[in-house]
Amino acid sequence: MASVDLLYSSNEAMDYGRISASEAFLRRRMITGWIVRGILFLAAALSVLITASIVYILVYESILFFRDVSIVDFLTDTEWTPVFDNPRFGIMTLVSGTLMTTFIGLVVAVPAGTILAIYLSEFAKQRVREAVKPILELLAGVPTVAFGYFALFFLTPIFQVFIPGLSGFNLLVPGIVIGIMILPYIVSVAEDAMRAVPNPLREGAYALGFTRLQTALGVIIPGAFSGVTAAYLLGMSRAVGETMVVAIAAGQQPRLAYDPLEGAATITAYIVQISLGDVPHNSLAYQTIFAAGLMLFLITLVFNLIAFWLRKKYREVY
Amino acid sequence: MSIEVQKRATGKIDEVRLVKKANRQDLRFGIVGLAVLILAMAALLALIADFVVDGVPRISLEFLSNYPSRRPNEAGILSAWVGTVVVMITTTVLAVPIGVAAGVYLEEYATKNWVTDLIEINVTNLAGVPSIIYGLLALGLFVQTLQLGQTVLVAGMTLALLILPIIIVATREALRSIEIEIREAAFALGADKWQAVYMYLLPAARPGILTGAIVGMSRAIGETAPIITIGALTFIAFLPPSPVQAEFPFMNFEWLNSPFTVMPIQMFNWISRPQAGFHIAAAATGVVLLAMTLLMNGFAIYLRYRIRRGSR
Repeated sequence: MASVDLLYSSNEAMDYGRISASEAFLRRRMITGWIVRGILFLAAALSVLITASIVYILVYESILFFRDVSIVDFLTDTEWTPVFDNPRFGIMTLVSGTLMTTFIGLVVAVPAGTILAIYLSEFAKQRVREAVKPILELLAGVPTVAFGYFALFFLTPIFQVFIPGLSGFNLLVPGIVIGIMILPYIVSVAEDAMRAVPNPLREGAYALGFTRLQTALGVIIPGAFSGVTAAYLLGMSRAVGETMVVAIAAGQQPRLAYDPLEGAATITAYIVQISLGDVPHNSLAYQTIFAAGLMLFLITLVFNLIAFWLRKKYREVY
Repeated sequence: MSIEVQKRATGKIDEVRLVKKANRQDLRFGIVGLAVLILAMAALLALIADFVVDGVPRISLEFLSNYPSRRPNEAGILSAWVGTVVVMITTTVLAVPIGVAAGVYLEEYATKNWVTDLIEINVTNLAGVPSIIYGLLALGLFVQTLQLGQTVLVAGMTLALLILPIIIVATREALRSIEIEIREAAFALGADKWQAVYMYLLPAARPGILTGAIVGMSRAIGETAPIITIGALTFIAFLPPSPVQAEFPFMNFEWLNSPFTVMPIQMFNWISRPQAGFHIAAAATGVVLLAMTLLMNGFAIYLRYRIRRGSR
């Protein structure tokens, strides 16, 4: 009430010259606007700086590494023994472990994720969808170290009952757990893409007598193809970079991984292993984790960029 | 004539059979979809149940107020949970203002040119960079080049970089979903761009930004790999110095330069020990960690639900 009175009284004694903003005020506001714009731009540009720093650090240390180790040996040697007296640096040993767990993860997550995305976008009722999406988000929010514990102390003993030859540390169980971890990402991106397919296409299919499954397979998936592919790629990129599950449950023995029932180190598990030990700065073993990290960064960068481009494409189509 | 009728009749039967078959397939897929859904939920439930069974009996007041120990039965997580709290505060203070500022720039200020495109591609890519790469960045840049050591500040900065994309994306989505009328009203009242953003758009976007910040923080709480990579010690039997003091100016930031440990690191450390007693302690730590992240995520989901209901 008081403020209304105040407004009213100031209105009575209205000085029109003071109501229209003064030159000084406008100038001040303009300058503030410029400064703010500059600050906001710097905050946004920080992301470029971060990427640049990542590339610089990884490349710089890797160059030091490749002065001592030939790049051909790095890519073709089949052993990885960087802290031995006679060190050998075959990154493919670690890459094979990473590819194996990623592959197993995708075998779990791609079919399950695709089915779940189709189910949620085309079959489920609104209420089911509203109830399920939070559960998937909770699943995505579980810390990775908890998934590692789950893989090592819960799933591995259970799997050992059914698969007699399974070692305590193996690639199969971490692979499956990675599949569970990336499932929410795949579902959410794929469902997003499917729901972006315009309704007239759906209605057209129904009018031709398609069932829901026929619509999904014949119209929705082809229509959302780039988005669904992007979902797979993003899932793959997550699986490649997943660290704690493999560091805990896959063992840290670097060997060429062809048997998923045995343990093997992945790129990420190796970085963890070296970080835990006391490796002196500037030693070759210290530089190896950056060379391994560069490999990892390049793999995920390619997946991420293709996925970015694909998602952009389907956004433009519809 | 009779052949014609028969033909038509059998054609009809074929059609019926076809429709029935298609409907059966539809039903079958629905069942498969539901089964996958139940499996995914079962995985989450099994994980939670596993932790509850293994860990809850171990949780006690002593567990929360003891330092880690060589004897599994006496080990506690005091330094770990305090470490998690101080690192989280540092991360939030760094990541939220920068993330919101970047989000506002990209959504409200940026003009369509190659610089903007570059920034956008970068943000998208950073969201997908594995967390351990951030650890390597922090090791090479903060620890080795800048010689900052393995401190709370370094961990906070590392995790802030990690969750920056999450906050940027949440800010942009929140700004994008504001009704055009609010913007128009602000400009009609004579506000310039910054006044409109500061006085009208940011308050309207607050719930969405808050949701993003909570999701980002819960992600940072659970992150282990980047903190291991910077070489954070795992056996810490002391707390960071208190931020309050008796003398003027009554507070200090010494704790930023203190060594630390956090709950996921403590948990990983205990998992790697051979004694079963430590595994139980790890499970108990996991219960605390899971409870925190699930509660935060749950709160974020609730907020998002409220926003959507409000806007309808």
